Amino acid sequence: MTTANMTASWTDRKRYIWLLSPALPLLVVNGLNHFHQTHLTIYAWLSPLIIYLVIPFLDFAIGKDTSNVPDASIPALEADWYYRIIVAAYIPSQFFVTFWGAWIASHETTTWLQYAGLIFSVGAINGIAINTAHELGHKKDSWERWLSKITLAPVAYGHFFVEHNRGHHRNVATPNDPASARLGESFWEFLPRTMVGSLRSAWNIEKERLSRKGLSVWHWDNDNLQAWAMTVVLFAAITAWAGWYALPFLLLQAFYGASLLEVVNYLEHYGLLRQKAADGRYERCLPEHSWNSNYIMGNVFLYQLQRHSDHHANPMRRFQALRHYKDSPQLPAGYAGLLLAAYVPPVWFWWMNKRVVAHYDGDVTKANIHPRVREKILRRYARA
Amino acid sequence: MARYVCDCGFMYDEKDGYPREGFPPGTKWSDVPDDWACPDCAVRDKVDFRAYEES
Repeated sequence: MTTANMTASWTDRKRYIWLLSPALPLLVVNGLNHFHQTHLTIYAWLSPLIIYLVIPFLDFAIGKDTSNVPDASIPALEADWYYRIIVAAYIPSQFFVTFWGAWIASHETTTWLQYAGLIFSVGAINGIAINTAHELGHKKDSWERWLSKITLAPVAYGHFFVEHNRGHHRNVATPNDPASARLGESFWEFLPRTMVGSLRSAWNIEKERLSRKGLSVWHWDNDNLQAWAMTVVLFAAITAWAGWYALPFLLLQAFYGASLLEVVNYLEHYGLLRQKAADGRYERCLPEHSWNSNYIMGNVFLYQLQRHSDHHANPMRRFQALRHYKDSPQLPAGYAGLLLAAYVPPVWFWWMNKRVVAHYDGDVTKANIHPRVREKILRRYARA
Repeated sequence: MARYVCDCGFMYDEKDGYPREGFPPGTKWSDVPDDWACPDCAVRDKVDFRAYEES
């Protein structure tokens, strides 16, 4: 078969499988329905069961897919509106889960275990929504960017919209990026550093932009203030409707949701470093500066976020067209399995540190090393 | 009025400036700070932009 024939005959075999991404909040709606009818605790815990058990198992059972879209088919694939609609399709059921989850937590739970399960179940849907917001926020169309802010409201992480595109992407895989984890840094050290650092960076980015326009950072044009205002309105409305018990629920689920984003941030660039060029600037971000994962289930549930190497090299590319590069560093599992390891630092270090060192052909000095343990890491991985 | 493009396709046109970023129409490219990043991709900075020539 010639290349031209292959291009003409290429179709997206995953076209309808991508519907699993927007189906995730619907599954949890279903879980809330069952909880409402039966009051069985297990239904309150549906999201953690899916994320921590079902998806890692399916990734292990089904494995990887390294196939790429042929270059010639990319423009048509990116122009296909179907893919934009299935990204936006996450949002209605995400909001439904938030409202109804808050109501059920406030009115229908009889034990703390049920209340806690709902925090994780609703928080996970809003945390994974950051992935939806991420896909939308990278685009040029104003309606997609607007939806991105709305999607971030239930997780109270509106500054992500600013920081991710203009802070994280710019400084990724350098010591200047709060959201790039360092070799030898545990997730529990990384979490406060990235949460505080990203907030500070987002604030400063808007401050600088507004000062060029001669405006105060408190001006309404500040994207952070606009996005946070949506959260305030949303949480106030839900609390007025569902009662005071809903407010701690909303705050806790938002914190857990945000932590889910941050654990994914943790593994996406762990230990990787862009080298400095002769002019003192960091080299351009290449596929080798992000970990890639081709595990199928994680990708079809996350709009292919795990093909992260191509995303950082080409941030404007739509999810359905992201490619696998054989030279980019490969994660040993899907995100869902790896985040379990990230929660247990000794397991994470055992699994991943050797892979960072191998990526740099044994020269650990090329990695982004956590300053607190720098000497220890250098001794441990010194070249023989 | 000159135009400059980023690898990602974003174009800065001096005629239009980029008011959202604080560069009013007519702002010369030389008045844009060197460390200003592409507002679309943020992978590249001003100094990486190329002069755009019409073909």
